[in-house]
Order: sequence, then C-alpha cells, then structure tokens
Amino acid sequence: MLEAIGNGLYGLIAGFTGLHWSNPVMIGLGCLLLYLAIKKDIEPLLLLPIGFGCILVNIPLAGLMEEEGFLRTIYDAGIATELFPLFIFIGIGAMTDFGPLLENPRIFLLGAAGQFGIFLTLALALALGFSKLDAVAIGVIGACDGPTAIYVSSKYAPHLLSAVSVAAYSYMSLVPIIQPPIMKFLTTEEERKISMGAVKKTVSKTTKILFPLIVTVVGGLIAPQGLPLLGTIMLGNLMRESGVVSRLTKASENEIANIVTLLLGISIGATMDGKNFLTPQTLMVLGLGFIAICLDTVCGVMFGKLLKVLSGGKINPLIGAAGISAYPMAARVAQREGQKYNPKNFLLMHAMGANTGGQVGSVMAAAVMLSVLKGMGII
Amino acid sequence: MDNWTFGITMVVVGMGGTILTMWVLSLLMGLLRKAFPYKKEEEGK
Repeated sequence: MLEAIGNGLYGLIAGFTGLHWSNPVMIGLGCLLLYLAIKKDIEPLLLLPIGFGCILVNIPLAGLMEEEGFLRTIYDAGIATELFPLFIFIGIGAMTDFGPLLENPRIFLLGAAGQFGIFLTLALALALGFSKLDAVAIGVIGACDGPTAIYVSSKYAPHLLSAVSVAAYSYMSLVPIIQPPIMKFLTTEEERKISMGAVKKTVSKTTKILFPLIVTVVGGLIAPQGLPLLGTIMLGNLMRESGVVSRLTKASENEIANIVTLLLGISIGATMDGKNFLTPQTLMVLGLGFIAICLDTVCGVMFGKLLKVLSGGKINPLIGAAGISAYPMAARVAQREGQKYNPKNFLLMHAMGANTGGQVGSVMAAAVMLSVLKGMGII
Repeated sequence: MDNWTFGITMVVVGMGGTILTMWVLSLLMGLLRKAFPYKKEEEGK
C-alpha cells in the first residue's frame, strides 16, 4: 500500500527528476522568444509559436517529439515533407506585387547581388570546418527568407533546422538595425542624396500575368532543383495577377498562410530540444547567419554603386540594400535612410522593386545552389 | 571533392549562375514590356 502511494507520488515528481540542465535553459530561451514576440513585436507570427514549441519540447517525459507525439506528427507531415514552406510560398506570391520591379527590370540585378552573402557565408562555414551540406544550410540564412532557409535546411541538414530557422527569422526582423550602419559606411553623402523620381505605372496586365509563367519556365529550366520553391511563389502570384481566382488568392494569403505559419512555427520550436540545441555549433550558426545578412547588404550596396555609375548617376545605391528578401522592411530602411539626407527623396517604390527582386533572387539563388549541388553529385 | 574546391565552385558558379539567371529574366521582362505595352484604358480594370 505504502509502496503504491510512493510510486504514485514519484509519478508526480518524475518530470522534475527527469530534467536535464539544458531543459530549464531552453525553457528560458522559449520565454525570451515569447517576450520578443509579445513585447517587442519582433516577427510575432513566427516567434510566438516557435517559443511555445521550444517550451513544450523541453518538458521531460511528455514525449511530444517521440513517435506518435503530436509535435512529431506535425513535423513529419509538414517539415520533413517540405510542404509547409511551400504552402507559405504560395501565400507570399499571392501577397506580392511585382509591379515596381517590372517597371525597371534592371533592378532584378540588385535582387541577385543581395544574395551573394549566401555563397560567401557558405565558403566561410566550410573554412570553419562545417560539412558541405551543413555549410549550404548555414549559407542559406543569407537568403533572408525564412521558408527558403527552412526548405533547404530541413532537406539537407535537419539537425541544424532549429538554429537556421531562428537565425533567419531573427535577423530578418533586425534588418532595420543591421543595415543602416553598413549603408552609411559604404556610400557618400552625395550618393545618398540621389533622387530617383516617381515610379510611373507603365506595366500592362498581360506582362504581370506572363511574368510568373516566364520566371517559372526559365528559372525551372536553369535550376530545376529549386522548382518547388519557384513554382509555388509564382503560382501564388499568377493567382493574384490573373484576378479570376480571388477566393483562392485570399485563402492563400490568409487562411492557408495563417494555419501553416502556426504549424510551421510550433514544429520548428519542437526541434529546439536542449540537448541538441545548446551546442557551440548553434552559436557558430547564429554568428555566421549574422555575417550572411551583413554580406548581403554589402554586396547589394556595392552593386547599387555599380548601377549608379552605369546609369549615369540615376540610381541611388541605397536601394541596393533592399535587394534582399526581407519584405518590406529592407525597402522601408532604404526609404528612411534616403530621406535622412534628402527629405524630398522618395525611394520607396524603387526600393520595393529591389526588394521584390530580392524575393525572386533568394529563391533563384537557392535553386541555383541546389542545382549546382546536384550537378556536382553532392545531393 | 575537397572543401576548398567545393567552396570556390559554389561561390563562382552559384553567384555567377544567380546573376546570370536574374539578368536573363530582366531581359525577358524588358521584352515583355515592349511586346505588351501599358495602355491607359487598363486603368480601373
């Protein structure tokens, strides 16, 4: 009788005795993510479910990530199969107006330059001793694009998924803090004052409808390994621009995106088990992710300076910093920095063009990277 | 393949491939705009 009572009581304290030292640390980290989401409004849609998932998975003996645990079921259904990031991409395509980019197609090149940080960081990660596929997953943080980072890391380096995802979303939200000092350092005051004039509305509806089709076919032929990423974002955009499936467009940008964001966030949080997350490797991933975003900005601004020269001084190099995928924060940063030096300057729509170019560029860069890996027989 | 060769290949082909693809897309978009110019009457549609 007494033994039975003792065993029963032990069942109530087993959770405490099963705690590993890393679990309370990770519960604290989960609370920090919740604080950033709730109090600081930093990517709350993602950081809130990630933070809560992190807390859930660090409570011992609950078995949420064991086989048949509910978080494992969600993870296997949407992350392991790569479906969640692709659903998110349909929503992103449905939300994005590529009009400002199509007004000035040269700006596509800024969207490419803003991805160079991916490849430079990949090389840096290799130099620091990471394996090839780990370096690929780390480099892709430089896409500044959460779904792309999740897609690539879940496929080729799932053990780094949580660190890569947290880094990608955290640094995306820190773009307004990370970019301005770099933009200021790399440009002269005269360059920052360059006025680009108003963006005229001169893109036909036919062009807007054909844009996603052409990007899908041409991009897919050049880099077929990235077609799931490219195809889904362009499907969303085709639905938007065609104007004939408004129900699907609205569902993609609202209901589907919301449900998938919740499931994506909580299942990423569920990968943050203390024993696996609290390693020197995670710190290195976070550090390299930061370097990747800085390198993207450097390359974008430098390419903006090159375009300025080639255009006879008509392009303000600040919009080069917007050639990353963090939409629309990066465009707003370019606008704000430009107006600091020339209050009559309205760079926003030009920067939006570069920013949407960055969205296409990040997907294209990941697609090119995967296809090169396939060509080399690495994957 | 050693890490050095892999890294250099990824930097050169990856960056080159990305910018080349985006350049091709920018040319095609320029052609599209010429082939299907904007008409004033599209406004309000």
